[in-house]
Amino acid sequence: MKKTPFCATSEQDQEIMFKVLGINNFDDLFEAIPDELKSETFNVPEGLSEMEMMQHIRQIASKNSTDLVNFCGAGFYDHYIPSAVDALSSRGEFYTAYTPYQPEASQGTLQAAFEYQTAICRLTDMEVANASLFDGGTAIFEAIMMALRQTRRKKVLVDEGVNPIYRKMLRCYMQNLSFEYEEVALSKDGIADRAAYIDILDDSVGAVVLQNPNFFGCLDNFTELVDSIHAVKALAIMSVYPIALSQIETPGSMGADIVTGEGQSLGLPLNFGGPYLGFMAVQKKLVRKMPGRIVGETVDAQGRRGYVLTLQAREQHIRREKATSNICSNVQLCALRAIIYLSLIGKEGFRDLGQQCMDRANYAWDKLTAIDGIEPVFDRPFFNEFAIRLPKSASDVISDLIPQGIVAGFPVGHYYENMEDVLLLSFTEMRTKEEIDILAVKIESVLKI
Amino acid sequence: MKLIYEKSSPGRFGVPVSSIKLSSPKEISKKYLRSTPAELPEVSETEVVRHFTDLSRLNFSIDTHFYPLGSCTMKYNPKACETAANLPELTGIHPLWPQLYGRGLLAQGSLGILYNMDRLLSEITGLDEFTLQPMSGAHGELTGVMMMAAYHKDRGNKKDHIIIPDSAHGTNPASARLVDYNVVTIPSDENGMMDFDLFKAALNDKTAGVMLTSPNTLGVFNVRIKEICDAVHEVDGLMYYDGANFNAIMGRYKPGDMGFDVCHLNLHKSFATPHGGGGPGAGPVGVGEKLRPYLPISRVIKTEDGSFALNYDEPKSIGYIAPFYGNFGIITRAYVYLLMLGREGILGTSDRAVLNANYLLEKLRPLFGDKKKGRCMHEFVFSGSFLKENGVNTLDLAKGMIDRGIHPPTVYFPLNVPEAIMIEPTETEDLDTLNNFVKVIEELVELSKINPEKLHQAPNTTPVGRLDEVKAARDMRLSFML
Repeated sequence: MKKTPFCATSEQDQEIMFKVLGINNFDDLFEAIPDELKSETFNVPEGLSEMEMMQHIRQIASKNSTDLVNFCGAGFYDHYIPSAVDALSSRGEFYTAYTPYQPEASQGTLQAAFEYQTAICRLTDMEVANASLFDGGTAIFEAIMMALRQTRRKKVLVDEGVNPIYRKMLRCYMQNLSFEYEEVALSKDGIADRAAYIDILDDSVGAVVLQNPNFFGCLDNFTELVDSIHAVKALAIMSVYPIALSQIETPGSMGADIVTGEGQSLGLPLNFGGPYLGFMAVQKKLVRKMPGRIVGETVDAQGRRGYVLTLQAREQHIRREKATSNICSNVQLCALRAIIYLSLIGKEGFRDLGQQCMDRANYAWDKLTAIDGIEPVFDRPFFNEFAIRLPKSASDVISDLIPQGIVAGFPVGHYYENMEDVLLLSFTEMRTKEEIDILAVKIESVLKI
Repeated sequence: MKLIYEKSSPGRFGVPVSSIKLSSPKEISKKYLRSTPAELPEVSETEVVRHFTDLSRLNFSIDTHFYPLGSCTMKYNPKACETAANLPELTGIHPLWPQLYGRGLLAQGSLGILYNMDRLLSEITGLDEFTLQPMSGAHGELTGVMMMAAYHKDRGNKKDHIIIPDSAHGTNPASARLVDYNVVTIPSDENGMMDFDLFKAALNDKTAGVMLTSPNTLGVFNVRIKEICDAVHEVDGLMYYDGANFNAIMGRYKPGDMGFDVCHLNLHKSFATPHGGGGPGAGPVGVGEKLRPYLPISRVIKTEDGSFALNYDEPKSIGYIAPFYGNFGIITRAYVYLLMLGREGILGTSDRAVLNANYLLEKLRPLFGDKKKGRCMHEFVFSGSFLKENGVNTLDLAKGMIDRGIHPPTVYFPLNVPEAIMIEPTETEDLDTLNNFVKVIEELVELSKINPEKLHQAPNTTPVGRLDEVKAARDMRLSFML
């Protein structure tokens, strides 16, 4: 018998169905299609049983390096994930449901999305959030498109403090569009260069993209810069690290028009790059230009409170080529994990979590900058990540320490010129004092070689 | 049900982070710090677990209900795929690690999965190479159209539009627009296929390509596909295969062999990865030789010694469409699904998906007064217009199904069928489920004759009845306000 796992009909069932259809076999179902279209070869191995597949995948997975103490962040962080996040998000009622187009049969998904939108508004101090986008990078692209539509202008400025991976994505997405894309170099202090912005900002600019903390971990307060952006009637887009929002000044208070970010740190594993969670929040006046699904509160005929996808007239399945975005899906399951995570961590716990990250980074800063030959790249306040200059190549130092079980950080020279000796290190609540002590000792010892 | 925010009470907490204090806090200027803590819920872990468990029970899902949602391929999501993708050796890997050490030595397992998946999908589609980076079908479309644009630019072709049939998903035209192409829409003929004569009339030297879904959203396979491909290639246009409905033809027909140059697949449809209540999905894109140079970077390669490495050195590449390698966790689920199906299973899956659809089509035709003969592929569309004589519409019928424990099919899509109802049972449903579905529709059609008011009021068994969507859009209550 041919093995067809997960197919539910038996051969007896199929015989009954063939009879109803007046056919003899499966091939008869396809008789209207010209034979010349049929594929001649199909070279796929025979199927594995579940047990065999698990043995196979475990064997492949074992080729990954685990048990490394990780100080590499660069926008993607290994925070602790409470067990209840997995337990709840792996309920089949959540993860095997479709997009909630039938609201009466989807109140669980819809209410969770509404709660998620609320939490994103509270983190960012913004008025409206959507129900999520793919990731932090596509979220910035969507924000730029939205801002240029709103301002009817052609030019976007992107700060070089924005994650260089996202800037590569933006250059890719902008290449076919008739917009002007320009990056603005950091000041020598490692933050957005005020003087440069004052020079460039004029009424051709529709949007400016800033990041806080920036790629080097430096904290900033953009309030005055945002005033300059608004003075030319452009929109300010801020990309943020949500765990940092436990402590740092909010984009809303700084006057941001659109906020985006990578929500991976809110209860999602690193998972080799995805699935992740793009979030977006805006001021209410921009909501009709915002891409992505949005959940709103309403009532039924009996006055009972319920939730629906709303403002759908913006979306591609209605607007087709006139839609606000071509991207029709969100990442609801990731957003669900984020709201479960934030509920478990809670108001006080979240502030505490941020403090723990900052304290660890401060402890490491003191240890590392005390080492002969190591200098801070920028002497700026930071949240949980900072860059140091080494007396040798950062890539070499990282390579030396990996066999000793440590991923010392990210070599900034991969993305920035004249920074081959710069190492970017991040510290989450997962890192212990002992691990940081060992890191400092080991770095010191490889610098001596 | 109360919101988690409405259950909040000062001082309650869920999971504490850590109590170890490493250093005394450093003084940071207040201008960099938020003045008040973020208003997150203050609830116990028990409350969080009960709250989200209760919420989950308000949902219909594949695990709990038959879900014949047309064009969405709501098949069963095997639990083994979840277990495999959640192995900590896979979930714990930082995506930047391959850049740190020996071109990928720290992630040989993960890179191996990506490489093997590329090979598998290439064989299944008859194409040369895949990028696994696109994070949804629509994202795949955008990636594919960007590669088409790069090809034309490279060859100095002056192209300004893409041809798309009116039965296409709305994402097709939206994707084309994001690459600054105009969209030329071609109506369907009486058989549900793109009208061939109108297509030929629209085709010219400025045609960048054609985006086709086959079988299309009407469940109809375009039998003139070769002619279309040839005509488009004649003007150096490119053929885009929208793989949204690939579940109908896996193993039997390969887009690459039929003449397509580029195709995306929805792993969350044909390859059984969960829909997650609206994502995350994955929309890998495969290309033939013509478009290979333009694939996004990075690309996973197998080196001479059998190890896997990342290649960033592709001068003609369109660049970075994702931060890393795509939705790795989703790709892994689909990969192990294909391993379990194997050759016979892949073929058998499409056969059974098409059989289940045809069985329902045959049984339901009399009820919907559908006089057509002919077969469908994996799904079919009826019009609910006949219900109108009793003052009932397709939406009423759909809502009535909810009360009988069935998630409604797709309704009011495709747009070219009035009162459309689109049914896709998938291969993971047995004969009893299909027969019960037929019985339920019989009952509902009967009910529409004797007591239409009852259908207007449906659903009655759900936590809320039909919701006032106009009010939602007008009031714009989009987050919880104290």
